[in-house]
Amino acid sequence: MNRYLSIWFPHLYTDTYARQQPAYQNMLFVMTTSERGRMVIQAANQQAESEGIHVGMALADARAIFSNLTVVETATTQQQNLLLPLAEWCLRFSPDIAIDPPDGLLLNISGCPHLWGNETLYLKEIISKLQTKGYDVRAAIADSVGTAWAVARYGVAHSIIPSGKQKEALCDLPPEALRISKALAEKLHKLGLYTIGRFIDIARPTLARRFGQEILLRIDQALANAPEYLNPIRPVPPFEERLPCMEAIRSAKGIEIAIQQLLKKLCHRLFLANKGLRSAVLTCHRVDNDRQQISIHTGRASRNEAHLFQLLALKIPSLRPDLGFEMFLLEATITEKLTAVQERLWHSSEADNSAVAELLDKIAGKAGLRKIHRYLPEARYWPEYSFREAAGLQEKPAMQWPANPSRPVCLLPQPEKIAVSVPLPDYPPLLFHYKGKAFRIVKADGPERIEREWWTDEGLYRDYYCVEDESGARYWLFRSGHFDDEQSAWYLHGFFA
Amino acid sequence: MQAIKKEQIDLLRKEILGLQGLGVKPANNAVSVALGALLKNMPGRVFPTGVVHEFLSPDRTAFAAATGFISALLNNFIGTERYCIWVSRQGHIFPPGLKAFGINPEQIIFIDAGSEKEALWIIEESLKCATLGAVIGELQELSFSHSRRLQLAVEKSKVTGFIHRLYPRNIQPSACVARWQIKPARSQNKNHFPGIGFPAWDIELLKIRNGQPGHWQLTWQHNRFQMTHHDTPDISLSLSQNSTA
Repeated sequence: MNRYLSIWFPHLYTDTYARQQPAYQNMLFVMTTSERGRMVIQAANQQAESEGIHVGMALADARAIFSNLTVVETATTQQQNLLLPLAEWCLRFSPDIAIDPPDGLLLNISGCPHLWGNETLYLKEIISKLQTKGYDVRAAIADSVGTAWAVARYGVAHSIIPSGKQKEALCDLPPEALRISKALAEKLHKLGLYTIGRFIDIARPTLARRFGQEILLRIDQALANAPEYLNPIRPVPPFEERLPCMEAIRSAKGIEIAIQQLLKKLCHRLFLANKGLRSAVLTCHRVDNDRQQISIHTGRASRNEAHLFQLLALKIPSLRPDLGFEMFLLEATITEKLTAVQERLWHSSEADNSAVAELLDKIAGKAGLRKIHRYLPEARYWPEYSFREAAGLQEKPAMQWPANPSRPVCLLPQPEKIAVSVPLPDYPPLLFHYKGKAFRIVKADGPERIEREWWTDEGLYRDYYCVEDESGARYWLFRSGHFDDEQSAWYLHGFFA
Repeated sequence: MQAIKKEQIDLLRKEILGLQGLGVKPANNAVSVALGALLKNMPGRVFPTGVVHEFLSPDRTAFAAATGFISALLNNFIGTERYCIWVSRQGHIFPPGLKAFGINPEQIIFIDAGSEKEALWIIEESLKCATLGAVIGELQELSFSHSRRLQLAVEKSKVTGFIHRLYPRNIQPSACVARWQIKPARSQNKNHFPGIGFPAWDIELLKIRNGQPGHWQLTWQHNRFQMTHHDTPDISLSLSQNSTA
């Protein structure tokens, strides 16, 4: 059974304006736009309405009622822009929220109120929070969107309609409460059908013949007989846990406790779904509406609470609680299938790997994923291309590493130019100068010619020499290009062990 | 009487080693390193495992030599299944070159640390992970307190750490069990064969707890260490081409 909450902001424009301009609080004012050459009231605040000024009235008429009226001129107002921040703020109460233009919000609150105790406390919390923000609010909870909408606008404010009592709640409300068109509502009024109760029991074919299909649909929706779907502002994430706090949390210890509680719930849900998370985002809602996020990634799917906690705990110092966080939201953004692994009696390589994977997650969280490399052999001769990065810890090499003793252990990222003296063409040098020092070569091997991959790469080939100097230090030198080519040059490329 | 006394002393020695964090490891985790004559100078005649070794490399060629020596040792620690973490700062290790020292480069996870501080943190965290075969950390400086932290981490996890210091500036006393300095040595060729021979190193054990410092010349051939024999006279210059020789 779904439960819906409809929130109506009767003075959305004026309340928002007064929030932005505190001088207008507790002041009678209206907002106007010019329409066909005259000023028309677009919005009036509560005080203005109690004086008899209502929306749609010409400004001149309103001035006649109340002479020193404060007027704010506005351009065309954008309801969506006013409602969206409110809807986002309400995400702390429910994940499934839709905007209900022009001046309301609809929340699917199924499964949420128990986190605040019960529906009464839940509704009270929302209303009091919105009222302290300075909004005039009317809200209602019911089984269907239609009834919640109707009661919020036309019924007793802040009422909770018990499950299955939609009809009783609707009976005394005017026909407009059914969200029908203005023309139809007027027609019903003309016929003396002033409340919904007067026509709700009329046979359906009769109603359809007289008033069209629209009224039947709206009645069905209000009675929860026809489905009605919300268009949420944000898709509801499948694995999300929320933790509202009674008091704002400012200490790192408090945040740690919150993370532990969230992880416990989330990991249990992942366990039931046979899933593990690959990446998660913790969103912290601050008292002053600021939102801060920390995200973690794991190398392999995991639902190990202790491990995930460590990853998140590493990033706690980056949070700025200032006045404190009032809500924590933990969402598993990427999940993967992870079947339960049987506990092993001995340390096997599989168990070993999971400890290593967890260590790597920790390092990735601190230093960044891009700093971790694992290499596999590649069937290419060009030294810089002879290995490639592995996709993960699990990937096995497709070929054997060539056990070539003529490859150095250290390779300079860029070959460095050296000056050499070579006795004969194609001979290894007798002497080379590198960084201002001369190295006399005693032994040498080579040349080993390595061609470029001409189908992708144009340039000079390299003739590599392994050389050893007087002290025994071994170097990998090469001459690029042919010895009598003008472009040919000598480089130092690596150091042998 | 004498024999009993010697036995007693040996037992007590072993106990002291255990208290110093150099205990003999459980059987299933045993790592034996065939270092030949070097083992005579080691405590209890075994290569100390589950401790931190420090290597000093004043220049790039010494660095490459020490990298080769460590890779050759590493073979005993990671086998064919275990992983090794290699925290590099500016070493520019070339993975295909390591295969010649008997290890599979895919078992090594390289981490490029941005700063010394980050590198120290990564090394310490890695040393705490008991399932790793070994941890190699390239650093420039290592203060006594840092080395103490690393030593405390390995005492719990029994992982062997190799701290490789390139261009070390101030060499302070450290809590590391051994301090090595490896330099390249002239390679030896059998029968005056031209060209470069097997990798050879000039190994200086500057400091070792409960052992004897020493100085040796080792060669790495056929996947094991061998003492360098100086019976063959050095060939002063043998410029030759492989293809034509």
